[in-house]
Amino acid sequence: MKARTNEASAAVASIDEKTRLRLYQVMVELRDFEQRAYELFVENLIRGTSHLALGQEAIAAGCAVAMRNDDYTFCTYRGHGHTLARGASMAAAIGELLGRSNGMLHGKGGSMHLTDVTHGAMGSYAIVGAHLPIAAGAAWSAQARKSGQVAVCFFGDGTTNIGAFHEALNLAVVWKLPVVFVCENNRYMEYTPIESVTAVAHPAADRAAAYGLEPILVDGNDADVMYETAARTIGHARSGGGPSLVEALTYRHGGHSRGDPASYRPKEEVSDWLSRDPVKQYRQRLASTGIDDGTLTKIEEASRRKVDVATDEARKAPPARIEDIESQVWSDGGSAWRN
Amino acid sequence: MAELTFREAVAAGIAQEMERDTTVYFIGEDVAAAGGVFKATVGLLDRFGAERVRDTPISEQAIVGAAMGAAMTGLRPIVEIMFSDFLATCWDMIANQVAKTRYMTDGQVSLPLVIRTANGGGSRFGAQHSQSLENWAMAVPGLKVVAPSTPADAKGLLAAAIRDPDPVLFFEQKSLYGIRGEVPDGEHVDSLGTARVLRSGKDCTIVALAAMVPRAMAAAAELDGIGINAIVVDVRCLVPLDTRTILGEVSKTGRLFTVEENPRLCGWGAEIASIVAEECFDDLDGPIVRITTPHVPLPAAQSMEDEAMPTVARIVDTVKGAMR
Repeated sequence: MKARTNEASAAVASIDEKTRLRLYQVMVELRDFEQRAYELFVENLIRGTSHLALGQEAIAAGCAVAMRNDDYTFCTYRGHGHTLARGASMAAAIGELLGRSNGMLHGKGGSMHLTDVTHGAMGSYAIVGAHLPIAAGAAWSAQARKSGQVAVCFFGDGTTNIGAFHEALNLAVVWKLPVVFVCENNRYMEYTPIESVTAVAHPAADRAAAYGLEPILVDGNDADVMYETAARTIGHARSGGGPSLVEALTYRHGGHSRGDPASYRPKEEVSDWLSRDPVKQYRQRLASTGIDDGTLTKIEEASRRKVDVATDEARKAPPARIEDIESQVWSDGGSAWRN
Repeated sequence: MAELTFREAVAAGIAQEMERDTTVYFIGEDVAAAGGVFKATVGLLDRFGAERVRDTPISEQAIVGAAMGAAMTGLRPIVEIMFSDFLATCWDMIANQVAKTRYMTDGQVSLPLVIRTANGGGSRFGAQHSQSLENWAMAVPGLKVVAPSTPADAKGLLAAAIRDPDPVLFFEQKSLYGIRGEVPDGEHVDSLGTARVLRSGKDCTIVALAAMVPRAMAAAAELDGIGINAIVVDVRCLVPLDTRTILGEVSKTGRLFTVEENPRLCGWGAEIASIVAEECFDDLDGPIVRITTPHVPLPAAQSMEDEAMPTVARIVDTVKGAMR
């Protein structure tokens, strides 16, 4: 099976300039945000763990730009980018990473659970596979309410070997739910090469036929391809065509999480993928299609400023409030379990 | 008042709420066309149609996960997990996702959903289809836990659970499905977090839940005959827990007995015993005594299962022995 490439699709060529600049802007912002998150780790300002998506920005950007404002995003603990790509506040995201009161979840969730429902970012889920059935449920609700909304659910290659993946796909197909499942195949299930623990070569695409779905294998480092794939599959879901399963090939620039130097990956493999950096190669493409350097530089400078301003705001915010420890277990705002 | 079986009262509770609120949907294995393996949902498909009453595959994670995704986006789903033992196959969804997401997002999402499940022993099904698991649910912050003992409560508390804005685990004791009882006519909605005093007394207070309630009542009647006059309290709801009623009724007699179908360790009675010991120790005239299933997986054979679960005779003997 061969991944669809930029050249493979005529639809890709028709993406307009405004959309392309938006794709570039989102990717640059996600890159700068994750770089900053890494720097804050190094400064020891972020406790706990964090899973960066450096190198995987084209998937988040391509899908988010193709989504309608009221569509739903469900993502994993590697979810900073997916959440921000829907328009969530960067200061609130950094605040959450730092455990500050301005945090997106006021300190209750942390890096692995970024959520901003006002922007359709319905949560980052840290138990592998759990959010696939939940995304199917949001799609079921959209179908029942006839709202035309679509749920887009992102997960890693490792997720394809857990039961919830299969339960969710089956239900989504049987009920013809408006959901797009996007497997971000970054080749490693945490520390272990995915092919060494998976029965098939393409962990998602090779399983599609088992659910009567078209196998879709795409270059996840190409923002145009991702945008076109997302637009097509989301459109299919919105028009009542049911779910899709997309496998997007990509690569983590860093390790699985904060404490992982990723020394298990062959040097040649890393350098090969770094040469296919989605942000750099998209910049080159935009330049080659005649977009002037000044326009791109402006996007890059604005992104850096945005991250700096957000970082300052979060750094200045006080720690998460201890008064909130016992709030919001229940809808009445409290946590009472007895009278 | 109409007389209904417990299983009919469950269906009546669901129907009442589906009639009232078009965002209430109901899914589960064999619940629609077959009316449920315990026949507790008969007639709902015909009445509300295949959009709102749906059969699912045997996919408990998908069932509960779908309910969660639907609840956070505007529906009020009810799901059935056929046997409470199967909660173990979707415990991630319940304990990690449903229970925690409101808190972890600091209130960004609400999860108005009900997970109904057939619970408990007495059917000779063996240890994987007979557990009384309400204490699992009780141990997880973010879940409300209900276990009714009568048809009227089944309908009224189920209606309250469906209207509740938070996730509720609703345990229906299999051994109660066939019992009959008066159920109020017309709309019937009860209140979560309220225990009920079923009989007053002066010598001891027996606190029971679900299928243990009729056994506690039968034991109390026998105890009357030997001069021990017992209060019986039906807990009805473990979270929120009506400690006010329980503490008040224990203070009246100075003796507390709990009757629990669950295996011994960390049963709900242990929490109540702890609260009573901490908060009305001075009112106690003797040790708190818990009557439970022993700490074993429930055996299948009739002779063994009947003896393992708290019997009326064991309740009577235990109370009599402790009150000497």
